[in-house]
Amino acid sequence: METGTWKVKAGLAQMLKGGVIMDVINVEQAKIAQEAGACAVMALERVPADIRAAGGVARMADPTIIEAIMKAVSIPVMAKCRIGHFVEAQVLQAIGVDYIDESEVLTPADESHHVWKHSFKVPFVCGCRDLGEALRRIGEGAAMIRTKGEAGTGNIVEAVRHMRAVMDGIRKLVSTPEEELMAVAKELAAPFELVAEMQRTGKLPVVNFAAGGVATPADAALMMQLGADGVFVGSGIFKSSDPAARAAAVVRATTHYQDPAIIAEVSKNLGQAMPGLDIKQIPTAELLAPRGW
Amino acid sequence: MKIGVLAVQGAFAEHIAALRQLGAAAVPVRLPGDLTGLDGLVIPGGESTSISRLMATYNLARPVKDLAGNGFPVFGTCAGMILLAKKSSDSDVTPLGVMDIAVRRNAFGRQKDSFETELTIPVLGEKPFPAVFIRAPVIGQVYNGVEVLARLDDGTSVAVRQGRLLASAFHPELTADLRFHKYFLDLVAESR
Repeated sequence: METGTWKVKAGLAQMLKGGVIMDVINVEQAKIAQEAGACAVMALERVPADIRAAGGVARMADPTIIEAIMKAVSIPVMAKCRIGHFVEAQVLQAIGVDYIDESEVLTPADESHHVWKHSFKVPFVCGCRDLGEALRRIGEGAAMIRTKGEAGTGNIVEAVRHMRAVMDGIRKLVSTPEEELMAVAKELAAPFELVAEMQRTGKLPVVNFAAGGVATPADAALMMQLGADGVFVGSGIFKSSDPAARAAAVVRATTHYQDPAIIAEVSKNLGQAMPGLDIKQIPTAELLAPRGW
Repeated sequence: MKIGVLAVQGAFAEHIAALRQLGAAAVPVRLPGDLTGLDGLVIPGGESTSISRLMATYNLARPVKDLAGNGFPVFGTCAGMILLAKKSSDSDVTPLGVMDIAVRRNAFGRQKDSFETELTIPVLGEKPFPAVFIRAPVIGQVYNGVEVLARLDDGTSVAVRQGRLLASAFHPELTADLRFHKYFLDLVAESR
């Protein structure tokens, strides 16, 4: 019996596919998420929209909150550590969370290095804006990838940009002849072995979810049609006027993403979506996606 | 041979790929209409609470329960096994209740306790089978002639068969070894 293998780390992400992972800040929200059909929850002190509004330094959540949520639900519980903050990651592993999100939503602890994720038994998910960034994180040991989008904005435009960039990167790579792979690896700033493997298999070696701006059932289905394996919803559920109804609707739209009639049906009478932000109005220094590299 | 794979959430694409490699026509099942014309059904690994709720929401639970209760071949892996069981330790999931087994959900603990091992499964031949257990359930008890196909070293039951119903606590869909899927397809072929 061997625990913490690559197969079980990447395998848990495979079990989450086709599902919705929701940000929650307390037991009550975690139960609403589970009841709505979420395949996992992300335990936080504040959702990204509030982190953005508060400014200052955002850190790992208080373990008390994470443990309370772990006790309250039977679905997997994820939690965030700061980029490069390997001690926060060690703490999350010690608590026993099921997945660690090394996240740009929190204030980075290291501007040069991400956590070396291979040395952990608990799997990591990391954000990316394009294929090169995805492969750098996988090279460090991320067993799951998500687009960064722009968290806490309720605006899907950045998530779309990042998902298209990843998918476009894959399409180009598949048609690249072998002798050009080294130059492609250089251009992507990605590990050559992963680049060569992807050229052969035609797909990312790990599961890829969409994140950062999903606010409606149609947003979730849009990301699925663009090629996401599943969806993270951060502020979109619990910053809306009717979280339980919206959560269930987003789950259904994610399952039936190819069926516009069902998406239409579940989109009815959900009340107000979370307030949205125009990315162009956000000062460059306050954007979250450029954090990490 | 046409096999449906329940595709409301979880590792359904992996099952579809494995079945297609073995020459079966594998199709996703998301709505009751998708069950028409199938010779067998796979319920994949995933989150059993999500799958259970989505099956109820889209009126899949009743027809799948009726099929499985009437000799239709069904193969459940991990979450799929929980859904087939008569009893589950966890009130968050409403199992279909078609297989005479009692299961314990997340029996090994959380993700840090997920593991890989090799199992001896006599019906699949002598070569050990690579088994991936992810937040896996176990079979606590079996009744009414349920056949145990595989056990861990400590005797815990992790794969069972009852008539044309097949269930494993681990994920054959995550490995390249197709013998478990082949075993299911043989069972489907016998029932036609």
